[in-house]
Amino acid sequence: MTKEVKKDKSMVLQKEMIAKQFHELTTAKEQGKKVVYTFVPGNLSELIHAFDMIPVYPEINALQSGMRKKSGGFIKDAEKIGYSEDICTYVKCDVGMLINGNIGPFGEKIPSPDLLLLSYTGCFTFMKWFENLERLYPGVPVAMIHTPYQEEGQITAEMVEYMVKQLKDDVIPKMEQVSGKKYDEEKLKTILSYARETQELINQIFETPKNIPSPIDAYFAGVYYIGPINTGFRGTPEAVEYYKLLLEEIKERIQLGLGPVTPEGEMTEEKFRLVVEGPPNWTSFREFWKLFYEMGAVIVASSYTKVGGLYDLGFRHRPEQPLESLAEYCMNCYTNFNLPQRITILKKYIQEYKADGFLVHSIKSCNSFSAGQLAMMRKLENDLGVPVGFIESDLVDPRYFSYSNIKNRLESFFQMLTQRKLVSQ
Amino acid sequence: MEKLEKIVEECKEVVCDMNFQEAKQWKSEGKQRILVGYLPIYFPREMVWAANGLAVGIMGAGDYKQVIKGDAYYQSYICHLPRGIIDLALDGHFDGFDGFVFPSICDVIRNLSGIFQVEKIGHFSKYLDYPQNFKKEIGGEFYRKELDSILNKIFNINQVKTTKETLNNAIKLYNTNRRYLRLIYDIREKYPWRLSAYELYVIIRAGMVMPVDKHNQMLEIVVNEINKERGTPMDNIRVIIWGAFCEQMPLNLIKSIEMAGCYVIDDDFLIGSRWTTADIDESSEDPIGALVDAYLNHSTFSSSIYDVDNPKEKRLVQLAKQRKADGIIFASPSFCDPALLDTPICQKYCDKEGIKFISFQYSENVGQFKVIKEQVGAFSDSIKLWEETST
Repeated sequence: MTKEVKKDKSMVLQKEMIAKQFHELTTAKEQGKKVVYTFVPGNLSELIHAFDMIPVYPEINALQSGMRKKSGGFIKDAEKIGYSEDICTYVKCDVGMLINGNIGPFGEKIPSPDLLLLSYTGCFTFMKWFENLERLYPGVPVAMIHTPYQEEGQITAEMVEYMVKQLKDDVIPKMEQVSGKKYDEEKLKTILSYARETQELINQIFETPKNIPSPIDAYFAGVYYIGPINTGFRGTPEAVEYYKLLLEEIKERIQLGLGPVTPEGEMTEEKFRLVVEGPPNWTSFREFWKLFYEMGAVIVASSYTKVGGLYDLGFRHRPEQPLESLAEYCMNCYTNFNLPQRITILKKYIQEYKADGFLVHSIKSCNSFSAGQLAMMRKLENDLGVPVGFIESDLVDPRYFSYSNIKNRLESFFQMLTQRKLVSQ
Repeated sequence: MEKLEKIVEECKEVVCDMNFQEAKQWKSEGKQRILVGYLPIYFPREMVWAANGLAVGIMGAGDYKQVIKGDAYYQSYICHLPRGIIDLALDGHFDGFDGFVFPSICDVIRNLSGIFQVEKIGHFSKYLDYPQNFKKEIGGEFYRKELDSILNKIFNINQVKTTKETLNNAIKLYNTNRRYLRLIYDIREKYPWRLSAYELYVIIRAGMVMPVDKHNQMLEIVVNEINKERGTPMDNIRVIIWGAFCEQMPLNLIKSIEMAGCYVIDDDFLIGSRWTTADIDESSEDPIGALVDAYLNHSTFSSSIYDVDNPKEKRLVQLAKQRKADGIIFASPSFCDPALLDTPICQKYCDKEGIKFISFQYSENVGQFKVIKEQVGAFSDSIKLWEETST
């Protein structure tokens, strides 16, 4: 491991882009811009941008509060006003932040919503979350779009039709009302064509860990350097430029035979290649990542980085049919796939990325991911004979991150992988 | 033994039988009959009856079965209901069931449908995606396709095609069932001592396992019996229990709450049986359309339904006032996001409206009731003793 940390150009660019976007958000009211609260999975950010409104993602506020060690206090404050210890900590962190003045993770006030856009995809708790927000922001209009679950492992024409009707009947009229602008389909088509380019580039980036050594960590770096621009900027030319730059840098790393960049520099030896299922822990993100890179473990593919869209299965926006395309996008995120589909996807990753092992990081707060993970793990172990591991913590509640417990389990898991490698040699 | 006591005893046996013999017996008595298990909360059972089937409520293993295999499927921070159901499935308790329906009420039930698919339990496992859009031409159209899909799955098993007549007849039988239940709740509103909450619970839950015509006969007797004086009025407070719509309380916990000084005059324990609040058109040219209309326009309120246009806290307080309740007990299963995320909303509104409440969490196999009983007893005392003293 080299100790000197050199920032790539893309890292610097991402930081600048996010700082600029955050400034735009905190000064939205002065600029006369409208703010839309919505969720990351299956988000309709292209449609929001088409009305020149600014999306705010409560989960991202929560995870950033977690990374900045603020979530613990917010969660306790929410529990004081009646929110149970048992429920989703993203919700509690968000409520806690709101009752503390809605001061965001960077210390600036996050503007109140002009519209609550509930596009609940793959997570039933999203609906409950927004029912709570609706009461905490009385009078703010709520647009709701129900995304059908892929319960039979496919998207049917009826499912698309149902969503398009909701877009036309409720979502777009409310956006017109709030923004004071008419729906401009040509503008949306342009935005979607940029989004399509972005999706193509992201897909190419997530394909690169098929190289040995992997040039990137598809989980930790995936959420740190790949995901944010997809969520915040998809549909803009800036996002396209960012991903082009990132892809070039990664290709260069492949040519040089370099491993992933970690917070402590370049990883010099790739010992284990893993596929990970489940979101990461945010309150101890650095320590959590370090447990992997110190052991020479690289995550070559993960399910969590696909909640923003499963582009590797072929989905791309179709600007020529913009509303149908948005509907398909909403239904195409990982947590909207049924369990047999999820198992098939994970199998594909384990095989195509030549993984040495499969690891579940189970989240106390997130039933959408967690319920069923043990069955999936058993099925993968039985069908592929792949070594499996299991660790657990939480998204943003620091009380549920036990460093020593996770470390012990990971060490045992890596020992098992080492033994397997010795036996197979 | 009196008629009512006999019915309660019979129903209790049905409720506690985790082999669902009552339903299996019914299936064995006729050709092309099928059993379709369904999970909480609501499922339009009429469709299955019309297709020569019986919809069987699967409300969890409760404290009737020691869960062993199910614990290997679920982490400690997931509610108890699905692990009990997996245990029942893997130990063969659902042998003879043809299919399963998983209504869209939360992520855990949704993913449980996936485990049934992976483990290949039954001929079909259908996640019934209830529309959260309540417009006829949008959510209604979508819901209709969901219902058609279930009918097709049943047809593929028993080759029985539903007709307008069979569907209307089934709707009529279930209308009768719901009318009796409404009547029982109304009688209990005035005379809660005539039928305890525990007795009512087993009577309703047994109806989720037995044929509807048989249950209707039972309910008719129950209504007749409680129209007469029975039991002795006690100095209890009148409460509504809310939040227990999915994972069920152990029977003895319901008894404990009553023994702590409460008349439970309304609840959401088995709310699926009372989901539709008005009669469904039973002579419709389009009976499936009538079921769709009932869901869109005559559903009760619940944590599983998007409620921004019709807030549940207001409907709950309205119910409390209508039933002349002294207070509300928010009883939610541990790790139940839908119920527990509604609790702060409802409690805040109760505060505003001066409705007293307490809350606690439980699991279906909890074995210690003392703490809850003391909490409920203190709640009862705080209303009955202190308030009456101060007025």
